[in-house]
Parts: sequence; structure tokens; C-alpha cells
Amino acid sequence: MNNHEPLIHIARRSSIAWWKAWLIRLASAVLALLVCALFIYGLTNLNPVKVYAAMWEGAFGTSRRMWITMRDTAILLCIGVGLAPAFMMRFWNVGAEGQVLMGGCATAAVMIYLGRSLPTPALIALSCVVSVVAGALWGIVPAVFKARWNTNETLFTLMMNYIAIQLTCFLVAKWESPPGSNSVGIINQRTQAGWLPSLMGKQYLINVILVLAITALMYFYLKYTKQGYEISVVGESENTARYAGISVRRVIVRTMALSGAVCGLSGFIAVAGSSHTISASTAGGRGFTAIIVAWMAKFNTFVMILIALLLVFLEKGAVQIASQFGLNDYASNAVEGIILFFLLGSEFFIQYSVRFRSHGHRKEAEEE
Amino acid sequence: MTDQFAVRMVDITKSFGSILANNKVYLELRKGEILSLLGENGSGKTTLMNMLSGIYFPDDGQIYVNGREVTIASPHDAYRLGIGMVHQHFKLVDVLTAAENIALGLPGGAVVDRKAIGRKVRDICDRYGFVVDPDKKIYDMSVSEKQTLEIVKTLYRGAEILILDEPTAVLTPQETEKLFAVMRNMRNDGKSIIIITHKLNEVLEISDRVTVLRKGEYIGDMDTAKADARALTDMMVGRTVTLNIQRDEPVDPQRRLEIRNLTVKDKEGVTRLDDISLDVYAGEILGVAGISGCGQKELLEAVAGLQPTQSGSSVKYRPTGPEGPAEELIGQNPRTIAEKGIRLAFVPEDRLGMGLVANMTLVGNMMLKEYRSGKGPLVERRHPHELAEQVVRELEVVTPSIDTPVRKLSGGNVQKVLVGREIAMGPTVLMSAYAVRGLDINTSYTIYKLLNEQKKAGVAVIYVGEDLDVLLQLCDRIAVLCGGRLNAILDGRTATKEQVGYLMTNMKDMSGEEAGA
Repeated sequence: MNNHEPLIHIARRSSIAWWKAWLIRLASAVLALLVCALFIYGLTNLNPVKVYAAMWEGAFGTSRRMWITMRDTAILLCIGVGLAPAFMMRFWNVGAEGQVLMGGCATAAVMIYLGRSLPTPALIALSCVVSVVAGALWGIVPAVFKARWNTNETLFTLMMNYIAIQLTCFLVAKWESPPGSNSVGIINQRTQAGWLPSLMGKQYLINVILVLAITALMYFYLKYTKQGYEISVVGESENTARYAGISVRRVIVRTMALSGAVCGLSGFIAVAGSSHTISASTAGGRGFTAIIVAWMAKFNTFVMILIALLLVFLEKGAVQIASQFGLNDYASNAVEGIILFFLLGSEFFIQYSVRFRSHGHRKEAEEE
Repeated sequence: MTDQFAVRMVDITKSFGSILANNKVYLELRKGEILSLLGENGSGKTTLMNMLSGIYFPDDGQIYVNGREVTIASPHDAYRLGIGMVHQHFKLVDVLTAAENIALGLPGGAVVDRKAIGRKVRDICDRYGFVVDPDKKIYDMSVSEKQTLEIVKTLYRGAEILILDEPTAVLTPQETEKLFAVMRNMRNDGKSIIIITHKLNEVLEISDRVTVLRKGEYIGDMDTAKADARALTDMMVGRTVTLNIQRDEPVDPQRRLEIRNLTVKDKEGVTRLDDISLDVYAGEILGVAGISGCGQKELLEAVAGLQPTQSGSSVKYRPTGPEGPAEELIGQNPRTIAEKGIRLAFVPEDRLGMGLVANMTLVGNMMLKEYRSGKGPLVERRHPHELAEQVVRELEVVTPSIDTPVRKLSGGNVQKVLVGREIAMGPTVLMSAYAVRGLDINTSYTIYKLLNEQKKAGVAVIYVGEDLDVLLQLCDRIAVLCGGRLNAILDGRTATKEQVGYLMTNMKDMSGEEAGA
């Protein structure tokens, strides 16, 4: 009898207990650290524990480093939260980069043109509003085209990014200071007009509080409001939405306005609360990294906090080990890549169960 | 193990997570016979056959093909053993031709010899009486043609043992007859065939033997010659089911919907509904018969506000009878209709793609139509929660909990959730499209009973169906559509199956008088 059962069996899980899912994620994180350790040791002969310690050091080692990590996490998180409603609606908004930039440009414009004439609270309120409007506008354009003519939103939002980048370059050239530097420089450096204030002596605390509030609000919006419910229905099936009397067009445009608005607000936080300048790299690819944040968290905005923190931690840690051990960027990128690979890979094991052939069981059955 | 068996499956067990889909199931298929595999929804028929065709791998048990124990780890293994399966959902590439689809996945060089394939396809067709055009693209094919192609594909690959998974579910009565003729030819040629079905009359008509499964367990098998519908139903359901559909005389039927000159064109400008005029009465069940794609879907969707119509079309809704006030439904959408207080229930053909949200829980689906009703921006969950519990309780929905996504329920339970929600809104008009398609006997009769209760409660019920026997037993009047036109309205009590079948395919002379109710 040629009796070979396949060695491994892959079957879709119907469901999985939440603690099991987290156990798998934890195991994959541990495994990722082990593989990284082997990789580090094998290539550089460095003590992996020291390297990990250095990563920790780089992200949280000093109070200043910790706050920078917090600041960057907040912005990444804010963009991820902005993507959540669009993604829930299965609208692949990859235009966060542009929406952030537009929000940033709007904020910078308010700070530059009105910095002398308005008091800071008014400046902040105004730039907050215009950045939201600018981001929303950048989100609404592809949404209207999608709703009316069913254009592909991925391409559309992606291309809107390039328009935003060029527009930013144009504005940077216009606002150049000092002339010839090809940069805007720190806006209102002396007066700090329009800058988000320090709270309790912590410069970035207000950013963190602001973003956490947005995170909680978005969670609540998606889960408990009628509009949030409509977003889920449209995302699942437009036919069902029409059947239920939901105006699909309106929901698409409204949701993308919201998504763009929150991304625009991220631009406001990045400019008024963090860099105090504007350049084409103000978004710095975070509009794309945030896609990973949103997806890995399955659009749960609270889980996004963890993911955003992890990604920023990896980035800061990688920079640190690169400088501390004289490794180049590639080594730290490799470490980052390995960890992400394992974490994303763990989702496979959460979705599918893998079983190995059981010899004993089979024999028993034959003996019977 | 004698050689008379083409297939023997012994003690086959398969579980998915905590669900035991097959528990020590036994099945034997003799050479040159047609075996019906009978069972309710979720009884494990398809799972069992998927293990024979290499899609799933059993947790336990043995499979013998032609007396030899075999391991079937992939569809490829199954083909090597001469086993071919035709699935309910066809696995064809739309943009390729019939011959190209047949060639797909076959071993061989990079060059497809279309001529050779075409020749062999024609050979197979001539032998068994199939009609397949090897050069026709799949997207030009009807459902029945696609199914034929799937069968030819398995034969082309040398299948001696054929498995057909609910092949008649998508066919008209005439097409079913053709399929059965072909199946008999194949049997006479020595092929062994398993047909999965839950239609008793088909079992009795086509098969030599029948094996019955219930809740994943093997109940027994018997020669069809010795079986009757009664005995098979009892085996399948596990208790006695009344197979009569009750039909009360409509009490005081009042005209509730006046459909006038309803014309619908699709996006390509093709006329789907041509000048339909029809009355629907409260307290009666109006059946709609027609071969698939004859405008049934458009008719219901136009009334529901989901289908753009041509000018001149009108659907008047009269809540209090012909003299009462009227509301024009054409030009409205489901939302405005609901806002006018018109309780129009609609059970669409596409349950998970239109009537329900597959990934949402029962509770989430219960609020699909009422979530707007509460004040303020927040959704109210208490009522949908209660409603979900009520539907589960009253319609005996089998579900782990009301917080389970509906896509995880079996077809029958999905339909109960949908029908339950629509009835719970207390409708004045209830439209249903293929309400029992894919459902087992037990659930089907539950649905008929529910529709009858609605009729009794004075609801105007429209029942679009495909099973003519049921239409004739259930409906007070039957509107027969033919190519988007209303061919006749028959009295359900006097019409015959032949008459309806004929009117479905042959347009009466338009100048002739329209048979009224």
C-alpha cells in the first residue's frame, strides 16, 4: 500500500481564541529576536544582547530620545488612524502622504502669513482648521471621481501625492528663508508664533494627548455611530448598502473627507507641533508606513498605538545600532526587516492552522 | 474488497475546527451506476465528495478505488485515479474558450494544440450527446453550457468516476432533462456517477441507488427502486415531515400594488423588462415563473427602488385598497420608500451579496434596515440584539451565537436570518426571489409556512420561484415571464406544470387576450 499522507496540512481556521492569537504573535516576536540574534552574531560577531540593549537605548535611553520616539509615534499613529475609515470602507487610500503634506503646507502658510498679526491661540486654531480642510480636500477629489465614475482610487490617490509634493516644493521655493538655502527654515523661530505649546515642560506632550484623543474618537466613531456602521456596510458590499437605502456615493465622499482631514491634521501636528518647518519630506514616507500600521492593527485604532510604537522603536533602534557599532544602514534595515517579516508572517498562522502528519494515529487505524 | 465497487469510503472522518463535518461516514459506489448522495444542508455531502476529489484530506478513514486503498492528497491524485468532480461553482476562466479551458492545467508542452483538443471534445460530445462549441468563450455561455463544459472537461481528462455537486440547482426543467439523458448515456458506457442533490424527485428519477447522510453521519443506503419520497425524507430529516403546502383561499384581497408599463433597460441598453402591467393583491401569494434571466430580478428590484426604469413606468402602492391614496414607488430609493412608512420587505436572490452583510454578525445584520430610525448619531443596539435573539428562537436558526458573522452559517440558516429580519419589520408587501434555492426540504417548508402566515396576515406576497411544483402548490396566481415580457397570469389552482413550462419558453401572440385572474 503506498500510503503517503501529505507531510503538512494547511487549513483555514474558522476562528481562534484571542489569547491564542496573541500567543502566536508573541511567539513570532520572540522568534524574530532569536533569528536577528543569529544574524547579528553570524555577520558581525557582536553580542546580540548588547545590540538589543543599544536599540532600546536609542529609542528610550534618555528622556529626550523617549520624547522624540513619542513624537514620531504620535504622528505615525495619527496618519494610521486617518486611514482607518477609508480602509474600513475598502477604499485604498494610499494618498496619506499627500494629504499630510497639504495639511502641513496649510499650517505653514498660516504661520508665515499671519504669524505677526494674530496671537498664538488664534494661529493654532486657524491652522488646525485650514489643515483639516486642505487634507479633506485632497481626500475628497479622488472620492468624488470614484463615486461618480468609479475610477481606481489607488492610482488616483497615489498620483495626488506627487501633485502635493510638487506643490510643496513650489511653496518651499516661495517661502525660502534665508534666500538661496532652498529650505523654509524654522518658521517664527524667535516668536514661536503658531507653535504648539509645551505642557508641563514637555514639548511634545500636547501632540501625544491630541493624537490619543483622535484615536479614541475614531474608535468610537467607527464602532458606535450610524456613519461608522454605514462605512462597514459599504466596505463589505455596495449592493447591500444600496439595498439598505444607504447612499454609497455620499458615504464614499464623506468618509474620504474624514480620512483626508485626519491626515491633514497629522500634517498640522508635524509642522506646528514638531518640525516647525515645511519641506517635501515633512511626511517622510510616513503616509505609506501608516498603511502597515492600519493593516496590522486590522483597523482597530487602539491596536494601532502598539504597532506605531513598534515601528518607530525599530527605526530609532536601527539608527542607534548603526552609529554605535559602526554598522551601516543596511544591517539595521535587515534587523527591521526580519522583525517585520515575522510579525506579518504570524498573521498567516493566525488565519490558518498547520498540522503535521501523525504516524501513530494512522497505524492505530490500520490495526483496528 | 471485491471489484464491483468503483469507490468505497470507509469510516471517513473530517472536522473543521470544532465542527465535525463527517463522522465515520461510509459510502460505496458500484461500477456503472448512478448514486444519489442525499442529505440536508450541512449534512456533509460536499465535504465527503471534496475528500474523494482531493480538495480536502480526511482526518481519518480509508478510501478504496477499484478495490485498492489509495491516498488522495490533491485534485491531481484524484484525476490520476480517474475521479473528476463538477463543482457547484464552476471553475472556468471567463476570457478563454471552451477548448482552452479544457487544456488548462493539463500536462504537456507550452503549445496548445487547439485542433486536437477540438477533435477529442467533439468525440466525447458525440458519444454522450453533449453540445459544446470548443471555440466559444466562457463569458458567452449560459449556465447550462458552462456545466456541460465542466462535465466534458472531466471526461476529457479520463474520468471514470464522476461527481456532480448539485448540478440541477442552476438548471431549468428542460435543461435538467437533458443532463439526465446525458448521465444515463455515461452510465451505459460504464462510468460511475455520484450526484449530490436534495431534490427527492430527481433522486427517484435518475439514480440507481441512494446514500443518505444526516448531520455528518451515514444513515444508510437503499436501491432507488425500493425507495419513495416519504421514506427518503424521513431518513434525511430524522423525523416525519409533512410534505403538503397549505393554500388557503385569499381573504378579502385588495389591490395593493399596481404595476403599469414597467420597462427596464440594463446598462448596455438591452431591454430586461418590457412593458409589464400587473396587479398584486394583499392577502395573496403571487408567483412569478420564468426561466432564469427573464426579468424576475429587475421586476422585484424596480419595485424596491433599486433599478432605474424607463419613463412611463409606474408602480402605485395603495396601502388601503384600490380607492385609497396611492404612492408612486418609481423614482424612489429604498431609503425614501422606508421614510414614507412603506414597509416593503425584500428577500433578494443574492442573500449574502445584497440582503445581508456576510462579515457582520447576526445583530449587525438585523440593524441593516432600521439603524437609521433612532435619534442622534449613535446606533442603537438593544433592539437589533433582541430581534436577533427572537429570529434565532422562532426560526430555529443554528448558530453558535448571535455575534457570529452570518457568512459562517449554512445556506439555510443564512436564509432564515434574512427572511426573519424582513418579516419582523411587519411588511405590507413581501417580495422574495428564489427563497428556497439551495435549501433542504425542512427549511424550504419552513419558508413556505412563513410566506403563508404573511399571506394570512394580509401581506401582498410576491414569490419568484423556479420549482414549478412548488409554484403550483403555493401560489394563488402565477405570472409567467418570458424574455422580459409578461406572457400570462394563471390561476395557481387550475394551471398545470406543462402549461406554465410552455408559457415560460413560448411567447403568446401579443394581440391575443391576456388571461386575467
